[in-house]
Amino acid sequence: MKCSEFLQELTNYLDGVIDARTKAELEDHLAWCHNCYVVCDTTKKTIEIYRDSQLYELPDDLRGRLRSAIMTKCHAHKKAGPEKA
Amino acid sequence: MSTIQPKVGEPVSEELALVQAAKGGDDSAFEELVKRYDRNVFRIAQHITQNREDAEDVVQDAFLKAYRNLGQFQGQSKFYTWLVRIAVNEALMRLRRRRPERMVSLDEDVKTEEDSVPREVADWSPNPEQQYTQAELRDILGKTIQGLPPTFRTVFVLRDVEGLSTEETAEALDLSIPAVKSRLLRARLQLRDRLSRYFQKRGDGGDGTK
Repeated sequence: MKCSEFLQELTNYLDGVIDARTKAELEDHLAWCHNCYVVCDTTKKTIEIYRDSQLYELPDDLRGRLRSAIMTKCHAHKKAGPEKA
Repeated sequence: MSTIQPKVGEPVSEELALVQAAKGGDDSAFEELVKRYDRNVFRIAQHITQNREDAEDVVQDAFLKAYRNLGQFQGQSKFYTWLVRIAVNEALMRLRRRRPERMVSLDEDVKTEEDSVPREVADWSPNPEQQYTQAELRDILGKTIQGLPPTFRTVFVLRDVEGLSTEETAEALDLSIPAVKSRLLRARLQLRDRLSRYFQKRGDGGDGTK
């Protein structure tokens, strides 16, 4: 397996959606190709860091304001009747 | 090397019961759905628009649109996937308004210079995120993802941050499954490449040779 072929399968490999034979070939490649091992490992870390980062969390006070604005608009819409939407 | 484990979502039947009640006019059931998904919608909206005010507007408009159109929700997909689809469209509309000079389309299969070929193959420190404070880390992650084309960051956020499946992401973005997979691969590799400059081991050459 070439490095380019490894890269093409990387997403399926990380998501665990590949057949056993391809998985074995990928892991065989990883065992001797240091660069692909590093790319695979750091791509996995990239995903985990973003997943755990709590980037763009909605602050509680803003959350409350938004929810109350949404519900006020929903009530107004209901009052006005669907045909006027 | 272990695989990435997807986030576990709420039971679908419970969600469906809330949707049915909301359809029947129970606004408190709809408010439950808002509480359940407002954080997710806000995150997705801010990732796409890269603007706090726009993200706030997207949250309001997406839920209001969902409320108005509940009757059209047939239940073939999850309510959350349907809601995400509405929110993504609202967010893209705002992004287009702010950047009219650049066409923003999810269909576009963007080729970028740094496409898919990793340039930084230096290994990272064992716990790279611990080199930075929480605020510094958020700044790095925010700046890094902002540099991706909208189509890439949208796919990445839905799949890897929000934990939607490939099929749900395809449905929410109206893309084919191969298109989602190809964008996801390139988004992951580009983010990895860009983060390497912050997280690589000190003294590592950056090209695999030391």
